[in-house]
Amino acid sequence: MLLSKLPMLIVALAGAVTYAACAEAAPTVTDFKLDNGLEVVVIPDHRAPVVTHMIWYKVGAADETPGKSGLAHFLEHLMFKGTEKNPGDAFSQDVAEIGGQENAFTTSDYTGFFQRVPREHLKEMMALEADRITGLVLTDEVVKPELNVVLEEQNMRVANNPVGRLGEQMDAALYLNHPYGRPAIGWRHEIEKLGRDDALAFYRRFYTPNNAVVIVAGDVSAEEVKADAEATYGKVAPRAENNPRQHPMEPVQEAPRTVTLADSRVEQPSVTRNYLVPSETTAKPGESEALDVLTSVIGSGSNSRLYRTLVVDQGIALNAGASYASTALDYAKLGVYGVPKPGVSLSQVEAGIDAVLADVVEHGVTADEIDSAKNRLIAEAVYAQDNQATLARWYGAAIACGETVDMVQAWPDHIRAVTAEAVQAVARQWLDRRRSVTGYLVQSLKPEEKHS
Amino acid sequence: MNAIARALSKSVHRAAVAIAIPLLAAATSAAPASATTIERVVSASGIEAWLVHEPAVPLIAIDFAFSGGAAQDPAGKAGTAYLAASTLNDGVGEFDSKTFHERLERKAIELNFSVDRDALRGSLRTLSENRDEAFEDLRLSLTAARFDAADVELNRAQILSALRRATTSPTDIANQRWWEIAFAGHPYSRPANGTLESTPNITVADVKTYAHRVLARDNLKIAVVGDIDAATLKTMLDRVFGALPAKAELTPVANAAPQGLGRRTVVSLDVPQAVIEFGGAGIGRKDPDFMAAYTVNHILGGGVFSSRLYQEVREKRGLAYGVSDSLLWYDHTALFLGSTATRADRSAETLDLIQKEIRRLAEDGPTAEELAKAKAYLNSSFALNLDTSSKIASLLVQLQRDDLGIDYIARRPAMIESVTLDDARRVAKRLLNGGLLVTVVGKPEGVASTAPTAN
Repeated sequence: MLLSKLPMLIVALAGAVTYAACAEAAPTVTDFKLDNGLEVVVIPDHRAPVVTHMIWYKVGAADETPGKSGLAHFLEHLMFKGTEKNPGDAFSQDVAEIGGQENAFTTSDYTGFFQRVPREHLKEMMALEADRITGLVLTDEVVKPELNVVLEEQNMRVANNPVGRLGEQMDAALYLNHPYGRPAIGWRHEIEKLGRDDALAFYRRFYTPNNAVVIVAGDVSAEEVKADAEATYGKVAPRAENNPRQHPMEPVQEAPRTVTLADSRVEQPSVTRNYLVPSETTAKPGESEALDVLTSVIGSGSNSRLYRTLVVDQGIALNAGASYASTALDYAKLGVYGVPKPGVSLSQVEAGIDAVLADVVEHGVTADEIDSAKNRLIAEAVYAQDNQATLARWYGAAIACGETVDMVQAWPDHIRAVTAEAVQAVARQWLDRRRSVTGYLVQSLKPEEKHS
Repeated sequence: MNAIARALSKSVHRAAVAIAIPLLAAATSAAPASATTIERVVSASGIEAWLVHEPAVPLIAIDFAFSGGAAQDPAGKAGTAYLAASTLNDGVGEFDSKTFHERLERKAIELNFSVDRDALRGSLRTLSENRDEAFEDLRLSLTAARFDAADVELNRAQILSALRRATTSPTDIANQRWWEIAFAGHPYSRPANGTLESTPNITVADVKTYAHRVLARDNLKIAVVGDIDAATLKTMLDRVFGALPAKAELTPVANAAPQGLGRRTVVSLDVPQAVIEFGGAGIGRKDPDFMAAYTVNHILGGGVFSSRLYQEVREKRGLAYGVSDSLLWYDHTALFLGSTATRADRSAETLDLIQKEIRRLAEDGPTAEELAKAKAYLNSSFALNLDTSSKIASLLVQLQRDDLGIDYIARRPAMIESVTLDDARRVAKRLLNGGLLVTVVGKPEGVASTAPTAN
C-alpha cells in the first residue's frame, strides 16, 4: 500500500509504482554521490520552467520493530511539524507562497517527500529538505492531533472500505514470516499507541543523508544541481550507520492459503489471487522482465488471455486481469483477479482463471502476443517521458529498492530480449499455488458490528 | 493498490471522470504567463484546433470535447451518453471489437472517451511514429462506431456492476444525494453514469441516436500538443473530423441554481467514518467576480496546507485526513462543493467547524495577508499545470469550452493581481452567504436530517 500525507495525489502515486519502467530514448540522467553518502539523480526536462524535487529515505514499514506497525508512515506525517531552524509549518508556508505543490508517501520499502516548484526555487527547497533530515522538533501538542489524522486515514482506506480490508488480510496470509505481511499504515490497535518518543527514535535511526537519495527532474542542469546539493545537503553530517536492510525472509511455502472477507456492503463479489514472485531487485537476470511480459499477455487490456476468455468468450465475468508490481526490495506480488457476472459463482470464475493459467504454463504464449505486449511495455517508457514527476518517481522507487540508474535505463532493452521460452519458464516456476493466497470478497448476510 | 481495486478501476475511473474534469478546470483556470506558445490552426474546411508544437518528446496528445453530455440523456434513460462513450472505442467500421482493440494495443495507441454532465470528451495518445494509424483509428471511432449489441451489453453489465458497488460507498452516496436534492427536476440531478433503474432501459438505438446527435463539428473543441506541426495538423483535422455532420442536434438544457440550501440530509450506513458533502451556489466562469471568488475559495478550502478548512479541521484538531472544496462551473450552473470524512463521534463538531469557517469568511472576508498569499500562489503555481502534454491539452480544451480566448494564459496574472481586498470581501459574502446544502453518510453522532428524506 502506498500512503500519502495529503489526499489529493493518491491516484497518481498509486499508479506510478505499479509500472516497472523507465525511459526509452531517455534524457541524459546524471547520478552522483556527495561526501556524506547522499545519492543525487538529475533528470533534465526543459519543456517547462518547473522542477520536481524529491528525497527518498530507504526506510519503510518493513523496517519497523514488531509491535510498532504504522510508525514509518506516522513519522512521515510528523516530518511536516517543523525544525528548530524552520519551526511549525514554515516549510509548507514557503512552498505555498512560491506556488509549489508538496506531498509525501510511505510504502513498506521507502518514505518519500517532494515539492514541485518553479525552477528558481530549487535551492531553497533543497535547503529546507536538508534541514529536515536531522532537525525535526516534536512536541506532544503537535503529535497527538496528527495521530488522529492518521487514524482517520486508516478509517478511509481500510475500515470504510471492504476491498482495503481484504487486501490487508491477504498480505498477512501471503507472508508467513516477512514484515510485508503488516499493512504499511499499521494495525489500528498499534497505531493508537504510537507516540513522540517512538517517532524520534525511528527518525534518528533511519533519517541520515547516507540512507537517502535525492531526485531532481525538470528544467535544470546536472552542474547547477550538484553545486546546490553540495551547498545544502552536503552540510548535513551522517548520524547513523548505513544499515544493510535485512528482513526475516520467507520459508519454503508449502500450502495454498485462502481468505474470505464478508461484509454487508459488498455489492460486487470478486476473487483475487496473489502469487509470491521475485521483484526487479531479487530476480535473476531477465526474470522480472519475463514476468512483466507474462503479466501483460495474461492480464493487461481487453485482448489479454484472462479478459478475452472469461469476459468475452465464456461470458462468466464482468472483468478480469493481472498485475505485477515489480519494484520492491525483497518480494513482489503477481496478482490475477476476476469479477463474476451476476448469477456466476466465485468458484466458477476461479476455475476459469486456473484454466487460463494452466494453459499458459503448459503451452506457453504466441509470438504475436509477446510482440504486442513488448510494444506496449516499451511505449509506456516513452509516454513516461511526458511527465517529469512520473520519471522522478520511477527512478526514486527503483533506487530506494536497491536498483541502479543503469538498471532502470536498461529496462526497455531487457523487455525487448524476452523470449517465448522465458515467459513460459517464469509461468511454470512462479505460478505455483503453494506460494499464493486467494482472496474472496463476498457479501455477508447481515450488517456487522461497528469496527471503530 | 491491490488487484481487486485494479479490477474495479475501469468503471470507477469512468465515474470519477465525470466530476474530475470540472475540478481540473477549477485547479488550472487561474494561470500566469508561460513560455507555451499556442497556435490557432484552422483546416481547409474550417475545423479549428489549438496547437502547442513540442517536438522534444516523440509523442502526440489530442484532447477534444463535444458539447452535449449526460444532460442530453432522455427522461428515464440516464446513462445513455455514458454507455455510448463506453462503447465508442469498441467495434468500428470493418473491425469488430477484438480486432480494433488489437490494432490499438499493438501500436500502444491510447484512445479513450468519457462523459460528464455537459460534454462527451475524448483523448488520443500516440507515439509520433504511429500517428497516421492513430488518426485513422480516431476517425473510425467518431464516424463509424458499430455499437454491436454484444459490446453494448458487456459495457452495460460493467456499468451496472459499478452502480451496484456505489450503493454502499459512502462517498458515492453523499455526492449523488447532494446532486439529487440540489437539482431536483433538472437533468443535472441525474448521475452521468446512470442509475440501476435507468441503465437497463437504454436501447442500442438510444445509444446510436445520442452519438448521431452529438458527434458534430459546431459543438467541437480540439487541442493538440506534441510532436506535430501546424501544416500536418491541418490535413489531419480534415481527415479525422471532416466527415462529421456540420451541426449537432442538442436538446436545450435550462440554467439552474442549486436548491435545498440550508438543508441537511443524513443517510444511514454502517461505516466507522462519516462522509460529509457540502456546497452552495457558485459564481459563473464569465462573471466579473469569478477571479475574486476563485481567490476566496482558495483561502477557504483550496487543497493546500494553508487553507482555513485544512488548518481548523485537520491541523489543529485531527478530525479528518482531508477536507477541501472547489469552485465548479458547468454550462448551466455554478457551484462550490466540498467534502470531508470524519469519525462518527466527532461528526457534529466537524460539520459545525466547517459551517463556522464558511460563515466567518462570508462575514469578515479574508485578511490582506491571506489575499496577498493566495494571489501569489495562484499565479506562480500555474506553471505546474503546463509541464506535461496531457495537462496542456486538457487545459486548452477547457479554455475553448469556456470561451476565454487564446490569449487567456497571458492575461490571467493581471486578472488575479487586480482582485482587491474590497472585491474579496464583497465576493466572499456573495459566494458564501447563500446557505449550504449538506449530505452526510454514515452513523454520525448528533447530526440529523433537517427535512424528511426518502432515506
